[in-house]
Parts: sequence; C-alpha cells; structure tokens
Amino acid sequence: MNGLIGRVSPQTLRLVALFLALLATVLFFSTQIEGYLSARMFNRISTSAAVVLPIAVGQAIVIMTRNIDLSVGSILGVVAYMTGQALGAMPEMHPVFAVLLAMGIGAVAGAINGIIIAWGRVPSIIVTLGTLALYRSFLVEYSNATTITTASLPQWLVDLPQASLFSIGALDVRVTVVLALAACLVVGVALSRLRAARKFLAVGSNPDAAKMAGIDAPRVVFVAFVLAGALAGLSGFIFLAKFGNITVVAGLGFELKSIAAVVVGGVSIMGGSGTILGVLMGTVLVDTIDNSLTRWELVSEFWRDALLGMLIMAAVTVDTLAARQLARMRRKDGGAE
Amino acid sequence: MMGWLRSWEGGLLVVFLATLALNVSFAPEFLTVQNQINLFQLSVEKIIVALVMTLIIINAEIDLSVASVMGLAAVVFAYLLNQGWGGGSAALVCIGVGLLAGLVNAVLVARVGIPSLVVTLAMMICFRGFSRVIVQDTSLGNFPDWVTELGQKGLIGPLPLSLVLFFVLLVLLGVLLHRTGFGRQVVVIGTNAEVARFSGVDVARVKAILFVMAAVISAVAGVLYAARLGSVRGDSALGFELDIITMVLLGGVSIFGGKGSMAGVFLAILIILNLRNGMALMNITGHVQTGVIGTLLILSVLLPNIVGDLRARRARA
Repeated sequence: MNGLIGRVSPQTLRLVALFLALLATVLFFSTQIEGYLSARMFNRISTSAAVVLPIAVGQAIVIMTRNIDLSVGSILGVVAYMTGQALGAMPEMHPVFAVLLAMGIGAVAGAINGIIIAWGRVPSIIVTLGTLALYRSFLVEYSNATTITTASLPQWLVDLPQASLFSIGALDVRVTVVLALAACLVVGVALSRLRAARKFLAVGSNPDAAKMAGIDAPRVVFVAFVLAGALAGLSGFIFLAKFGNITVVAGLGFELKSIAAVVVGGVSIMGGSGTILGVLMGTVLVDTIDNSLTRWELVSEFWRDALLGMLIMAAVTVDTLAARQLARMRRKDGGAE
Repeated sequence: MMGWLRSWEGGLLVVFLATLALNVSFAPEFLTVQNQINLFQLSVEKIIVALVMTLIIINAEIDLSVASVMGLAAVVFAYLLNQGWGGGSAALVCIGVGLLAGLVNAVLVARVGIPSLVVTLAMMICFRGFSRVIVQDTSLGNFPDWVTELGQKGLIGPLPLSLVLFFVLLVLLGVLLHRTGFGRQVVVIGTNAEVARFSGVDVARVKAILFVMAAVISAVAGVLYAARLGSVRGDSALGFELDIITMVLLGGVSIFGGKGSMAGVFLAILIILNLRNGMALMNITGHVQTGVIGTLLILSVLLPNIVGDLRARRARA
C-alpha cells in the first residue's frame, strides 16, 4: 500500500479521489431525487456548469501563480451587460466576433488588475478586492440601473442555450457546454505541453527560483490576470446567452463559486500545483451538489451556501493533511525516487 | 521606519483636515457634535471590527469572515428575541456563536496550518449560509423597545453604547498592541514568523488568540448592528469586510504584516467616515461611494510602493 501510494503522483491521487467523490454524489442523489439520472438533469447541470467553467479555469491559472482574483464576478457582470448592449445595438454582429468582444472586454479589466499587481507590487487580494467594488460600481453607473432584456438580443443568441451541437444517445450536448469545454481543453493542454504556459506553475511554486531561472515573473503574473479576465469574459458571454436578462447584480458571488471549484479541484492555494482536469471535475462536483440540493426535498435550499462553505473547507483540510502525510511518508522511504 | 510611519500618519492627518474643510464648506452644520456622532454611528459596527482587524493584519494574516460572523450574530440575536428570549441571554448566546466561529478559524489557521485567506474565505461563505438557513428569505424584527433604544439612543451623554464600546476598544487594543509583550509578539510574528518561532514565541497560540478575539468582537458588533437597525436579513452586513480592510490598510498597516499603528487606523477611520458623509452630502450614490473606497484601498498600498521606488532611485542616483 505504502509503495503504491509512494509511486502514484499526488496529482493523480487527487483526481481519483475527486472522481470517486463525484460518483458518490451522483449515486447518493439518484437514490434521493426521483428521475435524477435523466437527460434533463444532465442538461441542467451541464449548462449551469458551463457558465462557471471558463471563469474557474481563469481563476485556476491565477491561483497557480500564487495569486487570487476576487474581481472575476464583477468582470462577468460588466461583460454580460456591455456585450448584450452591443448585440442589441448591432444585431448583425457575427457570433464569433461577439465572443471575441466579450473576451476582449474581460481581458481589459484583467489587464488593469494585472498591471497594478505585477508592476505596482500590490498584493492581488487587495487589488481585486478593490476592483471587485470598482467594476461593480462602474457597471451600476454605466448601465444607469437599466436592464438588458431578452427582447433586445438577436434571435441566434436567444436560441443558443437550447442549441445542441451533437447528441450522445439521449444526452444533448449544448453549444455553450462545448464552448466552455473547448476553453478548458486549450488551457489544459497548454499547461501540460507548452513551455511558456508552464511558467505559471514555476512562478507560483517558487517566485525566487523562477526569477533565478530567468523567468520574467511580473510578466507571467500579468498574463495570468489578463487570461483570467478574458475567461471571465467568456463566462459573461455564456451567462448572457443562458439568462438573457442582465441586471447590475449579474455575476455577483461568482468569484466565490470559481474559487470553490478551483480549490475543490485540487489546485493548491499556495500556488505551483494543480491540473485543469481537476478544475473541470471540481466545477462539475460543486455544480452537481448545488443543483441537486435545490431539488432535494429533505433539506431546504437555504442550506446551499453553508454546505458549499463546508465542502471547500473539507476539501482544503483533507488536501493539506494528505499532502503533509505524503511528504512524511516519502521522507521515511528515504527519497526512493 | 518610525520616520516613515510618522510621515504616513502626518499625511493622513492632512487628508483628514482637507476632507473636513471640504465638508464644512459644503454644509456648515457638518461640524456639530450631533452630526459627528451620527456619522460615526452609521458605520460604528465596521469601525469596531476594524480595530481588531488591525491586529490580525499586523500579524500578517487576514480574516475575511468577520462580516459573515457579524451577520450570523445579528440573525441569531434577532431569532432568539423573536423566540421570547431576554436580550441579555440572547446576546450571550451570540457571543458564544462568535467564540465558536473564532475557534474554528483559529484551529484551522494556527493548528492545521491552512492559509487564513482560504480558511476565512470558506468560513465567510459558510457563516453567511447559516444566516440564510435561519432567516431564509424573510427579515426578523419586532425587538423589545429597550433593545432598539440601547442601539440608537445615547448612553453616556449623547454617546450610544456602540460608540462607547468603540472608544474603549480603541484604547484597550491600542495599549495591547503598542505597550504589552503580547502586542510585541504580534508584530514580531508579522515581521517574520520563522524568526519569532526560533526565538521561542508560541506563534500558533498568538494567532489563535487573535482569530478568536476577532470573531467574538465581530459577534458583539453584529448584535449592536441588529439593535441599531431594529431588523435583520440573511444578507445583513454583507460585504462589510471590504470597508473594514480598507480602513486598516489606509491607516498604514502593511498587508505583509509587521507594520502599523492604532493611531493610523483611527485617522483612516475618520477620513473614510467623513468622506462617505461628504459624498452623501453631494448626492453621490452608495455604489459610487463603494467604488471610491475600493480605489482608496488600492492606492493605499500602491502609493507607498511608488514612493519607495522613487526614493530608492534617488538614493542610487
């Protein structure tokens, strides 16, 4: 047993544990909720996870560099509103351009964060706590407290959430889900295959060593925040398509949702480690629990936040203790590797 | 370092006087005792928590869960009063809730060794969730008259209980931080926890005490908040941590720990209260006010960095 655990990498262990947790959750709720294992439930969870996934992937990149982005929820709100407004004014806009516009607005907001954090040397928690308020108050002022309504949006966007790209048996895979998964896949492959993308992990695991190795750490951190902004923008676009009606509170609390997904997905909050596959599973797990609780009659839906908080805490605590135990075991083995 | 501190606080004093002058020029009745008390009372719960947050940040930690603890205590207080409990025993239970919340934070941060940012972020969601479980989507009110009176009316002269508590805590925590061995340990740990440990400071104990203290004081502030407003909801005190942390950092406390003074935080509190009041007088909406506070938060760390860079460059030249 010791030998096996010693050989398998901690990341793989995490992924296996996450998969088992997800399986257990689904099995549990299928005994509690009637008609749980249905195509409808798959749709409900997959489309709702699709909104969170890009923002969580962006958050993961930032956390890997040992930073945090609390402003992504506000960025999502700003992007959803401005993109909706632009599409209302220019209904002829090409869908691809609309997505790029959303990601572009997000990237600008992320770049503002990144500049202050990377070159102003202000801790990310301070900057993004500030811009969390700042971007939201910008949205309130900019929108003049008016609402984007479905009626003002072009038809293709209104139809988008119901559009399926393909079906596996009875399971429809929606376009928005594919869009979110594609972003996830690109980042995931880049992080594991591209030297440039590995720098995020290098900077997060040891900023001093990264500097010694000739990595321009501030630039890497800046890029991480720009990406987080752009991905929050993509989430903003999917949010706009899914809900249609955008008010000034759009995206409120998404920073916590994204951090929850990332942390449950096994990305170390101390930076330097984590996988995008983990983030994907973390997002799906958190969202499955969230969506299932609202349908579980035994427990009032008001328990959602409390359970979410406890879930995050449990995931982090188990992770911290397990990592420490693993390190101790490896030391005892005399560094067999 | 003392010179820098002094200049930061000197700067705060100038900013404060400027804000004051601006407000007085807009509204001459601004400088009356009653208006000053009103202005304090509008945010008195936040500034009470800012005092203990000062110690936490100087210790190089952070507590994002304070506002949720305030909200939870306020909700529990209102719930118990509605169940027919006496005000005193209900308040005691709330302090117990704070103690429990603080112990959870303390164990996870000081014993298990998880970064306080993560612990208190998760607990912020969790405690807020408990408030929602208790009140769901309704609001709780109908407190006995004496509770609302204690929350709003003057206790000593025109000063209400909450404001008296603020000034008492200001002095007590100021002395604790600047004049006692414990305070010095807080600063040493904030400067370099490793060095503190090797010089025999019980780092875990100091951190645990601070987190318990923060949660208990937040719970008391939450009860006062409920008493002042006369009704609470699941989202009572939501987002207060932004204002609280801004006050502390604007007061010259370093987010990296080890640096800061109670006097600086007191000046920053005066500035923010007067600024908000002044903006309200100029009919600036609450959302923009929050945006301005957010900008201040960033500038309060960014400006010293820029000044430091410029000084270093001049020293090299």
